[in-house]
Amino acid sequence: MPKPANSQRPQASFWRTVQAIMWKDLTSELRHKEIVSAMFIFSLLVVLIFNFSLELDRATRDNVAAGVLWVTFVFAATLGLNRTFAAEKDRDLLDGLLLAPIDRSALFVGKMLSTFIFIIIVESIVVPLFSLLYNMSLFTPLLLVVLVLGTLGYTVVGTLLAAIAIHTRSREIMLPILLFPVAVPVIIASVQASAGILEGNALGNISGPLNLVVVYDIILFAIAIMTFDYLIEE
Amino acid sequence: MQPNQHLRILTISSMLMLVLSIYMVFVYAPLEIVMGAVQRVFYYHVASGWIGALAFLITLICSILYLATRNLKWDHVALSSVEIGVVFTSMNIVSGSVWARPIWNTWWTWDPRLTTATIMWLLYAAYLMLRQSLENPQRRRTFAAVYGIVAFVSVPLTFAAIRIWRTIHPVIIGSSDPSAEGNFEMTPPMRNAFFFSLFTFTFLYVTLLWHRIRLEQLTVQVAAMQSRLLNKLST
Amino acid sequence: MLRDINLSVPKGGFLALLGPNGAGKTTLLRIVSTLSRPDAGEVSVAGLNLSTHASAIRQLVGVVSHKPLLYVELTAEENLRFYARLYGLVTAEPRISTVLAQVNLSAHRHDLVGTFSRGMQQRLSIARATLHHPQVLILDEPYTGLDQDAAIMLDDVLRSVSTAGCTLLMTTHDSARGLALSQRVAILSRGQIAFETRSIRLTPTQLEDKYREIVNA
Repeated sequence: MPKPANSQRPQASFWRTVQAIMWKDLTSELRHKEIVSAMFIFSLLVVLIFNFSLELDRATRDNVAAGVLWVTFVFAATLGLNRTFAAEKDRDLLDGLLLAPIDRSALFVGKMLSTFIFIIIVESIVVPLFSLLYNMSLFTPLLLVVLVLGTLGYTVVGTLLAAIAIHTRSREIMLPILLFPVAVPVIIASVQASAGILEGNALGNISGPLNLVVVYDIILFAIAIMTFDYLIEE
Repeated sequence: MQPNQHLRILTISSMLMLVLSIYMVFVYAPLEIVMGAVQRVFYYHVASGWIGALAFLITLICSILYLATRNLKWDHVALSSVEIGVVFTSMNIVSGSVWARPIWNTWWTWDPRLTTATIMWLLYAAYLMLRQSLENPQRRRTFAAVYGIVAFVSVPLTFAAIRIWRTIHPVIIGSSDPSAEGNFEMTPPMRNAFFFSLFTFTFLYVTLLWHRIRLEQLTVQVAAMQSRLLNKLST
Repeated sequence: MLRDINLSVPKGGFLALLGPNGAGKTTLLRIVSTLSRPDAGEVSVAGLNLSTHASAIRQLVGVVSHKPLLYVELTAEENLRFYARLYGLVTAEPRISTVLAQVNLSAHRHDLVGTFSRGMQQRLSIARATLHHPQVLILDEPYTGLDQDAAIMLDDVLRSVSTAGCTLLMTTHDSARGLALSQRVAILSRGQIAFETRSIRLTPTQLEDKYREIVNA
């Protein structure tokens, strides 16, 4: 009975591969700053549009702030996710990664963490800006935790689907079509948890959605790790 | 390749059952006091909801089996099941809307089940769009299988998320769930009509699935013959 | 596409593979380098079976194709450092310096690959492929886009690697060069190995005649 493929341990350890991929992505991005600046400008534009289209007076603002913030980040993150595999696909660089004796899941984790860092960078600029513009304090530690966990879930599933979308005919449109319905649970739960924190609700109202975000993150990460191999092979 | 004997029998049986089911729902089952005639929507609303969910469960199982075995037949079943599932889910959503209108004076309620059904519809419409936009057949089947798994897993999570949202923001119009069975008393004839419609729809699902799988197999065979012919002509 | 391929290259051997476009040369090389899976049959590289030990094979194989597999927004050194990490090389710096010197690119160590000419990119690609001391080197028409000097440099690299015991499989359209470098030569036509012999037995003209004969059959 033949052993399953890849039964030999690859020479480069999992984490060294993840680090290598992240180092490469971050170094490239540092040179051009394309992805981060595009996401940042886009976030500002979305916040601006929301400002004019919703009457954010003092009373409604607190209710709606969480939603506006998350919609902004979801749209901006989608921009960033579209770029995850674009360079590799367009310049035929995937072969270089497939030829190396690396765990393909490490490739996924590396790519996912790179994109995650880009999005967090944008969020760390937009959140204080939002606080300033609307004179609300968004700096509760619990809110930042929700931000990180929700973004993580979105990025995990987004990276997996980006690997799918990159091979389709209209890939920039395909990614949102695939991603938004799948990401509904983590978006709703993140908004709920964030809104609860901003309104100063009891912990009971916040722990429900927060738990769901964590559960979502874990389940989708597990599925991504198990299925990414199939997406990346010839 | 004619449809075989069993498929023919199944098709005819399904047709007969559908006729009988219509009779049971519209004539045999009594008129419900509170809601009136529109309550009869319930029999098909719930049945189509269940079949939609069943169809997508089948897709999940076949997607996993396809990735594990690379046997084409699993992909045929997965695709066929999604197409049929989308149809039944559409019926579920529309019938839910039709039911809600006279009862709560609104075309839409953001109740967890109806909203989840809508998102489920979007997921599987995306599945079909994905297949359309991938040219390489091998890649198309593999990617669709992965998406089929991810999509199905997200459905219960979506339901949970909306449920939590609803406990925090209960809907003002129509506080009761229109698809909850407990909304009205079901007398034995109603129960019979309900279970029979469920039974009928299951038969219908299997029949349609079988026909669609056959169609897919034939399509693939034709494509293979075409490419063999082209190969012969070019050498 | 490929049918009844029965090919073996002994350890330390050098096989030059010729064939018209569309014959299946690239497909064959992609299978041997673990990028594609064969529909049927057995492939083993350095004694390891492809279907069970693909990852171990990747550690031993270096590939040069017409795709340079280089990141244009990184420098030559950064590119090599990235691949060194993927191949698990612990002390990469000395090795990076060595391969850069071998392909005459030490002066451009800190230049962005986006500024490189095609020839320079191909040279760096060769450096990338030999970085991890592969036991098997697979080359798909590596001379395309190289000027005279670069071609001679590649000849030297291939000769020295071959002398050091590396096994080489190379596709080419250049019969003279193919014969000069290799120990065995084969012709792939319409998905099958139509001809195979020791390189020493043929002159370039004879090889070209044989090639024309097979392709026009």
